[in-house]
Amino acid sequence: MRALLRRFRYHIAVFFSVIGPGFITAMVDNDAGGIFTYSQAGAKYGYLPLWTLLPITLLLIVTQEMCSRMGAVTGKGLSDLIREEFGLRTTFFMMAALLLANLTNVMANFAGIAGSLGLFGISRYLSVPIGGIAVWFLVVKGTYERVEKAFLFATSFYIAYIVSGILVRPDWKEAAIYSVRPVLLFDPGYIAMLIGMVGTSVAPWMQFYLQAAVVEKGVTEKEYAESRIEVIVGCVVMTVIAFFIIVACAGAIGSVQPRDIQSPADAAAALRPFGEYAFLLFAAGLFNASLFAACILPLSTAYTVCEGLGFESGVNRRFREAPIFYWLFTGLIVVGGGVVLLPNFPLVPMILLSQVINGVLLPVILIFMVTLVNNKRLMKEWTNSRSYNAVAWVAVVMLVGLTAALVAITIKDLVGR
Amino acid sequence: MAENILFLTELLGLRVFDLKQRLLGRVKDLALVPLIDPVRIDRFLIGGAGYTWLTVRYDQVKRITLDGIYLRDEQLTPYHSDEYMLRVVRDLLDQQIIDAQGRKVVRVTDITFERREDRDSEVLWVLEVDIGLRSVFRRLFQGVAPVKWIRRIQTRIAPNSIRWEFCNILEADPQRRLRLNISNNLLEKMHPADLADIVEELSPEDREAIFATMDNELAAEALSEVDPDIQASILESLETEKAADILEEMSPDEAADVLAELEEETSEEILEEMDTEPKTEVRELLEYAEDTAGGMMTTEFVSLHANALVGDAVEGIRGNEELIESLNSLFLVDEDERLVAAVPVARLFLAQPGQPLRDLATGNLQQVTVDESQDRVTELFDKYNLLVLPVVDEDGRLSGVVTADDIISVLRQR
Repeated sequence: MRALLRRFRYHIAVFFSVIGPGFITAMVDNDAGGIFTYSQAGAKYGYLPLWTLLPITLLLIVTQEMCSRMGAVTGKGLSDLIREEFGLRTTFFMMAALLLANLTNVMANFAGIAGSLGLFGISRYLSVPIGGIAVWFLVVKGTYERVEKAFLFATSFYIAYIVSGILVRPDWKEAAIYSVRPVLLFDPGYIAMLIGMVGTSVAPWMQFYLQAAVVEKGVTEKEYAESRIEVIVGCVVMTVIAFFIIVACAGAIGSVQPRDIQSPADAAAALRPFGEYAFLLFAAGLFNASLFAACILPLSTAYTVCEGLGFESGVNRRFREAPIFYWLFTGLIVVGGGVVLLPNFPLVPMILLSQVINGVLLPVILIFMVTLVNNKRLMKEWTNSRSYNAVAWVAVVMLVGLTAALVAITIKDLVGR
Repeated sequence: MAENILFLTELLGLRVFDLKQRLLGRVKDLALVPLIDPVRIDRFLIGGAGYTWLTVRYDQVKRITLDGIYLRDEQLTPYHSDEYMLRVVRDLLDQQIIDAQGRKVVRVTDITFERREDRDSEVLWVLEVDIGLRSVFRRLFQGVAPVKWIRRIQTRIAPNSIRWEFCNILEADPQRRLRLNISNNLLEKMHPADLADIVEELSPEDREAIFATMDNELAAEALSEVDPDIQASILESLETEKAADILEEMSPDEAADVLAELEEETSEEILEEMDTEPKTEVRELLEYAEDTAGGMMTTEFVSLHANALVGDAVEGIRGNEELIESLNSLFLVDEDERLVAAVPVARLFLAQPGQPLRDLATGNLQQVTVDESQDRVTELFDKYNLLVLPVVDEDGRLSGVVTADDIISVLRQR
């Protein structure tokens, strides 16, 4: 009995030592773009889209689990593995696409910072530069452990969404029913929205970030059981937060007078009639999510690109040792934040364009991932089992199909403008 | 760009012609046989219309040009996998290696060869491993743009390369390491702390391969500089016996810290394999909580009887030569091993051999008990500008010392 207790204590300790990568990745997934998609879903269709969250969670878990397993077993990042197994040219084009897609993601998040602080009456010409500088210093001047702690701390602010969801007093009975009852409307807007929800939830950058973070954390095969739990918990928490965002917007907008919203800040403003706190928390949540993603995305992009192409990388290196890494990181922040300040910058088309690039990139990455995870030489006894492979391929095919549809819709939208 | 310098990316896909200028195939890979010659390309692997590749030995080549490779001999053998070959494309290109001079892990983007005359043949010598922007550019455009253009444009980009003799190839399979004659010579010349940084960047497999084949003493020094999580995973992966050998070479406090990171069963197994003396010391240290003076201290120190003379001190130091690099105080104890005084080593130089050590003792003796908190210990170091602090048990008997480097590690981890 005592031995059992000791083993249990050991596993708890290991669990806390591996906490970080899965949680952070899942949380950053709810960035400004994600919050916008979920708010829009709730604002326009009320509680109806809630059922998609369950399959989204499953898709997320399947892809994230494979990445973290690859990281733990091989001790190498995804871009490293792609480089080693598929050569430089493939890696280069993949990295170029990733860089472009992530740059627009960074823009969206700086726009989120500007929008959320705009609600508090702070000018974007103040909030964006200060946000950019803060992000740069936090990452460049901190060590990885410290930065990760700051990130983990930031994830706790997502509770703001849960509280603001409760403050809106939505119809919990309906929310519960529609969470498990699939509703399909043959309305092009509704279908486009469902696809958008799935499409934004599994993004290319996540796969790279998660695997690199697992490696950086030093998780090994032995601790993998705990690491897997952490990834699953992260995905579930992410969905819970998405649930509350949808519910808040459904209660405040969707069930009162359904309409299109233009930005996530718009959604926060609509919460005002339900109390100052609901509004404040939603807006603060948006600010936190945007700032958080504006930290992680440039960092993860610079890491991934440098690792893949064999340049030195890491915040533990000095500028002179890893110039390309620092230039990429700094450039992403400066350009990503800078364009938000330009008057008349076509931000929405840029974000739509990033969805297209993401949609083109994701299938390739997913197929590479499943190929790599089944490589016996790399993964030894940790390859997918036959049934897991079936699930993985179904997930991949579904994601590829849905993102292809999203790309088609987005291109139609872009052309229609 | 000298004409005698050729890049791997230029050589790949080059056409190979026989004596009558007939096309035999294209270059698919190059191979070194390190046991025979570590720098000369020994075989060219040629792929043609058929399914099997052909092997061309270096002395069958007459001329190597950017327009093609011309042979002097047509007795080619089909390629069959040879364990003694280091295949440049398969085993090196796009893989990680260790740059022993720059002390970092790098990824190979291209390889530079020098073309040399050898009797009537032209042979290729491996010169450098290319990393960085220039080689990325070359790789991307090779085969798309004419070779001459690429050569001209690339001169504008600063090169970044590592001389072949400073490259340490990574190979996890121990048998293959032997066959390819891969040694740790380059790594063993590095400072253990640099080696530790490199090891942290490698994949677990490569890490284990390096530690499993490295000299125990160096392995111990490097291991004690590695991040605690990684220390644990390395030790767990090694054979219990090897792990025990490495731990014996470490100072007892460091060994205890490493063992404390492991699961109890594993650490117990490794302890069982250790020699009796270090084992008991490590076991004692493991009893103390990590964040107390007992958990921080090492049991390696020099203590002498309270009545000892300066001459005895020199003898005492002679008996503990392994401590000499970090020794800065001697400790005086009474019959019951209770701590009486501390003597700074430097004062011995100014004293006569017959002088009693007690006269040289520091005025204010600072000491803590084994259960003193880590914060308090750190505070004392700061307040009294200490280099070393003796730790005593509840009866006042000297059980160990905390040194300044332990404090620095503690502070850095916060």
